[in-house]
Amino acid sequence: MFKIVKREEMSQGTVILNEIEAPLIARKAKPGQFVILKANETGERIPLTMAYTDPERGVIAVIYQVVGKSTALFKTLQVGDGYQDVIGPLGKPTHIEKLGRVVCVGGGTGVAVLHPITRAMKEAGNHVIAIIGARTRDLLILEDFMRRASHELHVCTDDGSYGRKGFVTHALKDVLDRETINQVVAIGPVPMMKFVSQLTRQYGVPTLVSLNPIMVDGTGMCGGCRVTVGGETRFACVDGPEFDGHQVDFDELMLRLQAYCEEEKACFQEFCMMEESWHRK
Amino acid sequence: MAEEATVKEKKTKKGRVPMPEQDPKERARNFLEVPLGYSPEMAREEASRCLQCKNPGCVEGCPVGIDIPGFIRLIASGEFTASIRHVWKQNSLPAVCGRVCPQEIQCEGKCVLAKKGEPVAIGNLERFVADWERAHGSGALPPKASPTGKRVAVVGSGPAGLTVAGDLIQKGHEVTIFEAFHKPGGVLLYGIPEFRLPKEIVAQEVNFLERLGVRVQCNVVVGRTVSLDELFAEGYQAVFLGLGAGLPKFMNIPGENLVGILSANEYLTRANLMKAYLFPQVDTPIPRGKDVVVLGGGNVAMDAARTALRLGADRVRLVYRRSREEMPARAAEAHHAEEEGIEFFLLTNPVRYLGNEKGRLVGMECIRMELGEPDASGRRRPIPVKGSEFTLECDLCIVAVGTGANPLLTSSTPDLKVNKWGYIEADPCTGKTLKKGVWAGGDIVTGAATVILAMGAGRLAANSIHDYLMRGW
Repeated sequence: MFKIVKREEMSQGTVILNEIEAPLIARKAKPGQFVILKANETGERIPLTMAYTDPERGVIAVIYQVVGKSTALFKTLQVGDGYQDVIGPLGKPTHIEKLGRVVCVGGGTGVAVLHPITRAMKEAGNHVIAIIGARTRDLLILEDFMRRASHELHVCTDDGSYGRKGFVTHALKDVLDRETINQVVAIGPVPMMKFVSQLTRQYGVPTLVSLNPIMVDGTGMCGGCRVTVGGETRFACVDGPEFDGHQVDFDELMLRLQAYCEEEKACFQEFCMMEESWHRK
Repeated sequence: MAEEATVKEKKTKKGRVPMPEQDPKERARNFLEVPLGYSPEMAREEASRCLQCKNPGCVEGCPVGIDIPGFIRLIASGEFTASIRHVWKQNSLPAVCGRVCPQEIQCEGKCVLAKKGEPVAIGNLERFVADWERAHGSGALPPKASPTGKRVAVVGSGPAGLTVAGDLIQKGHEVTIFEAFHKPGGVLLYGIPEFRLPKEIVAQEVNFLERLGVRVQCNVVVGRTVSLDELFAEGYQAVFLGLGAGLPKFMNIPGENLVGILSANEYLTRANLMKAYLFPQVDTPIPRGKDVVVLGGGNVAMDAARTALRLGADRVRLVYRRSREEMPARAAEAHHAEEEGIEFFLLTNPVRYLGNEKGRLVGMECIRMELGEPDASGRRRPIPVKGSEFTLECDLCIVAVGTGANPLLTSSTPDLKVNKWGYIEADPCTGKTLKKGVWAGGDIVTGAATVILAMGAGRLAANSIHDYLMRGW
């Protein structure tokens, strides 16, 4: 069992942070890599990119949004409980080097994945501008972390309840108009990464995105995570999860993410009903 | 078929005792095992057909050299415990091999009775005696040599790895198996379906090794979680790589990333390892196609097609580019599949997949093929027939056209030499690789083959590792 040693709820309980005891993984993991978690015997294998690791304490941290049965099941796990299985670190680490001026753009729980990359980019000697966004103020996560990890932080909310009103792409456009940027890293919902990539293409700025397609094993065995990048099929689990945003076929990725939407919906509803009747007792 | 059997019965004194099977119509909708097993009486009767040859061909035909007449004689005399002990000397996975070995081209193919009639049902007998032991045996373990204090790491818990672990633990070494998945068994678990090899049997075979003292560490991806050199630094003196051939091949034709096209690896892993056929009692979903096409003609294609039927498909078609003769699947598997209602579309090859506006598969365009001159594999090369394109409607396609070497470990271990296909170079007699202290065997060396060949390679490597630990490289 992989014990949960710290648990926090964010975004009104829709986003959960878990620090998990996994010394072997903590020792090896680098920014950009992911783990696969499975809660129990009947559980599904869920890939999540790590938010941070602490090799000395032997822990890794994941931050996930509750979107279906499996993440709802994860949410029931408390400190002292554990995941039956945690596998990793998987995928290629982010290529970190001194490039000059870097913009890190994050949306939703993508900010959790973006954070260690932002920090590493700053530590590598880059001037790092961070832009994070959420639908509304209460859904914004890791603002303080991102402020510390960067030189300059811009916050956007869709409804204007906090920071600048609008999408992260608006803030990004201003930065791109203002100065020369050497690299953009964008991690968040697929539409956000798509629009960021469209924007930066116009400015000719290299853009890295981190993809989280459906996968089973995470080691290159199933091919469920295949994505089209530059007209070629790649496996996100071993060739990624990060790719050149200007080459990724985001529309295909969005369709592939819908593969099990019917099953997921039915499964989640049943779980919510069970939970509810349990709490009534 | 019935007529054929009667003719054979007349030729030989006694016909082969058939193993009872589930009715094809019934079994095509459940995941229970197809053959039901022999009763002790049936087993003794079948065993009594063995002529106990002085120079038995069957043993020659067995990749691990089981003393087949020996264990069959013990079944005939009703000494089942002694019989299984006899099998264990050469084979630590008899319940598995009795079920999935291609006996018709190995032991049974060499049986002297096969010349005039039906060979002794060696596979069925091996299966019987292993099952009997599991159900009625004392659970007593085979003898183990005194501890040598040497430590061996086995990477991968498929048939090769399990064989190496079983052999070396009995020779007195400390053995730890590292498995990337959350459960041990490798292809026996994720690849071969429940109706051919119940997962309980795999679990029991692994448990047998654990009782012998083998440590099994799941969730460790060697090459990612730990490197090979770190294993040596941790005190392992020898490492065996039984990684399998786990990289799925695709057709590389237009439309392959539509929703509804899965590699056989993914489809079978969902069904077998994740038990997605029980969804929603388990959380992993699996697409339940109504109109399913399976691409390929090997055992994996048969497994995928038969799984699709059991998951409620109305129609399952197997599309294979060559003819029945060139099909690499075991005759028995192809026969079982046809019995259950799988339709074979031979000499047919897909050209492109067709999707709807939601990016989901709705069909595929195929082309008829004809056989030309033999190619490098010795089989006649399929050539497209111009203008013979036609459309097959389908809502699910399983691609079972083979697997390759997964580069995850080899690419992170530069001093491990691989060939141009990415398979590890190893001495065919010993399994030694070019990296000191590292052996490899099974599909990661030969490319996708059978369970028993992987076990044979494991046996050779185990002997060589034992030599090395006691005498040096």
